[in-house]
Amino acid sequence: MNKLSLKDLYFKFRNPETIKALQKEIKKEAVKLKEPMRIMEICGGHTHTIMKYGIKQLLPENISFIHGPGCPVCIMPKERIDHAITLSHQKDVILATLGDMIRVPGSKSTLAKARAEGANVVPLHSTLDVLEIARKNPDKKVVFFAIGFETTTPMTAALIHTALKQNLKNIYYHINHVLVPPPMRAILDSGEAKINAFIGPSHVSVITGAKAYEFLVKDYKTPVVVAGFEPVDVMESILMLIHQKIKNTPKVEIQYKRATTYEGNLLAQEMINRYMEVRPSFRWRGLGDIPHSALKLKDEYEEFDAEKIWADILPNEPINDHKLCICGEILKGLKTPKECSVFGSACTPANPLGSCMVSDEGACNAYYRYER
Amino acid sequence: MCLAIPSKVLNIDENNIAEVDTLGVKRKVSLDLIAEEVKPGNYVLIHVGYAMSKIDEKAALESLEVYEMLAKAAMEEESSISPEDLVNEEGPLLYKPKED
Amino acid sequence: MDKKITLSYGGGGEETNKLIKELFYKNFSNEILENAEDAAVIDLKGKTAFTTDSFTVSPIVFNGGNIGKLSIAGTCNDLAMMGAEPKYLSVGFMIEEGLEYSMLEKIVKTMADELKKIDAKIVCGDTKVVPSGSVDKIFINTSGIGEIKKENISAHNLNEGDAIIVSRDIGKHGTVIMAHRYGVDTDIKSDCKVLWSEVKALIDADINIKALRDATRGGLSAVLNEWSETSSVSIEINEDKIPLSDEVIGLCEIFGFEPMDLANEGTFILAVSNEDKEKALEVLKNFNKNASIIGEVKKGNKVILKSPYGSKRYIELPKGELLPRIC
Repeated sequence: MNKLSLKDLYFKFRNPETIKALQKEIKKEAVKLKEPMRIMEICGGHTHTIMKYGIKQLLPENISFIHGPGCPVCIMPKERIDHAITLSHQKDVILATLGDMIRVPGSKSTLAKARAEGANVVPLHSTLDVLEIARKNPDKKVVFFAIGFETTTPMTAALIHTALKQNLKNIYYHINHVLVPPPMRAILDSGEAKINAFIGPSHVSVITGAKAYEFLVKDYKTPVVVAGFEPVDVMESILMLIHQKIKNTPKVEIQYKRATTYEGNLLAQEMINRYMEVRPSFRWRGLGDIPHSALKLKDEYEEFDAEKIWADILPNEPINDHKLCICGEILKGLKTPKECSVFGSACTPANPLGSCMVSDEGACNAYYRYER
Repeated sequence: MCLAIPSKVLNIDENNIAEVDTLGVKRKVSLDLIAEEVKPGNYVLIHVGYAMSKIDEKAALESLEVYEMLAKAAMEEESSISPEDLVNEEGPLLYKPKED
Repeated sequence: MDKKITLSYGGGGEETNKLIKELFYKNFSNEILENAEDAAVIDLKGKTAFTTDSFTVSPIVFNGGNIGKLSIAGTCNDLAMMGAEPKYLSVGFMIEEGLEYSMLEKIVKTMADELKKIDAKIVCGDTKVVPSGSVDKIFINTSGIGEIKKENISAHNLNEGDAIIVSRDIGKHGTVIMAHRYGVDTDIKSDCKVLWSEVKALIDADINIKALRDATRGGLSAVLNEWSETSSVSIEINEDKIPLSDEVIGLCEIFGFEPMDLANEGTFILAVSNEDKEKALEVLKNFNKNASIIGEVKKGNKVILKSPYGSKRYIELPKGELLPRIC
């Protein structure tokens, strides 16, 4: 067998010849479909790939995409973003969070604006940096505003683990980690979007394992293929879904064999369970309250729980979106960004009215960048 | 979300921090979330400062082989590889179920 | 010796004079400057281009250059992009007190080296030293005068059928700055360079040049969008023809940036008439083998990127601060 190079792992999965060949196969097989296929790609990263590589343009008419809520920044309710902003304004606090978060609009402001006003906000691209910040600022309280789906949750857990091991007492956590399966259930239960196939998230699945999606087959008889991130991965996964549909044997399949297994990363799962537990309920922007859909720090670590320590200045009043923002319906897969009356006019990436426009993974942002 | 990048492990220090190469850019990531052994030369997926899994090279090469066959078949008008060749009893060759 | 620039260096007294003679006159030496009058007197022939730019880049030293090199290349390139040969520059230094003398010396020497390459001169200047915190180490303003060698190069000139060419691989400068900002180790060097030689070669070869622009802030995306709007045309770009180095691709992968949005300081885009595109390419390849014809001008009003497998998408103006994607 040939040797695999690092470049292969990127570019061979973007090979134009392969994409064209898969397009041909898909075209050939799709005619056998008895009904149109409406695929929801859950992960915002897949939305990004589909838009960036123009995959929709390569598919026959009877296959369409519905963009799912897999954008952890997009589904953050405004009141929780306000938490981050409030915390950042506290005199002795350094608010650290992952990059995209600082542009997301809360009810009145953003972390970026807070930073311009003098708040100590640090955008990170590595969770490990929190340790360095805490060490360099022993007199400050470093609050890590943790966001993300299951891909990113283990890193927060590992951070907590290391912080405890290194006895760093000035790191606090505001946990906003969310889970993929519950909103998928909620969307299917509402039945409105008429989804009949799923492209499963690449890297959430690396952690959870493909087993996390068995419920889609068991309870909803909907086929799911866990797909890699590159355009070849997405095209191959569509072909696999078509074959499942034709044979009418819905099951959980893995296209992303090079990185995903059925069981997932058990060590990561164990880390998460050691420090975090499922909340009874969490409000998702656009989707409303979904039970057992998010995580919090376990009670035994409450001395580091920012939500508890600063509870008196962190209100939980739900704050609704701008009247004209239809992010909610977009996240549920009911409308597309183009159907929004303020898309591209009052709501743009420079001036977002809703979260879907802020993050690279938001459907509105992707449409604005690639398909206006 | 979930932007995770394939990288090559260059070396690992005594604190389980690996120096990795990502298309020419060198970075340091923690291996604390990987249970199995990681050696220099292995490929890993990295995300926000951690390696989250090892990349299965054999699986990657298998996929690439199939893509090559498919691309060849698509390019040739009358090819010796017919679409039926891409199928066996278990289903289309494109996604042989992994032997557990 | 770790000599530092103090407030007195900008006071106008003995220290200022010493600085001017020992550092500026010595390195920028030319008759006009050393005449030391209140203003430089120069003889301008014919149509003249005039431009100014201020440089506040951080870090002030980066792989492949420093703020001094940037200040010369930036202003000279603005002139070159109008078909003007850079001749005379002014320079204004705003120095934060406490800057190491050796750093200032390094910057000035670099500027002198760049000027020598194209026979341009700094003929007047000004120095201010300001209290700590007023500027970030050093800010430089340069203004430049150039002799127009080819008239009517303008963003208004694009017509259907014109070819779009890029002078070399893109994104290097922006990548270097981003790598530094996010503490990432890389061997990439900024492409910072004065581009007059390239432009002169194109003029000498009698190429029908419609427009020129160096792809600075906002990168290739910004230039193409500007031209599309100004000339009211569509520009179609073939993705697989855009030259990119592996290192730039690597960094963009990690941070989720688009190479087309990244700044360049020694790379320019040209629009030429269709008949001249091969000749123009040949001229440019003498300077950098990565020069490439990347697209063409069509009727319409959008900038479109075509993938090698048949899909299309729009290239938009990059917006706001470039932030890494979550990872």
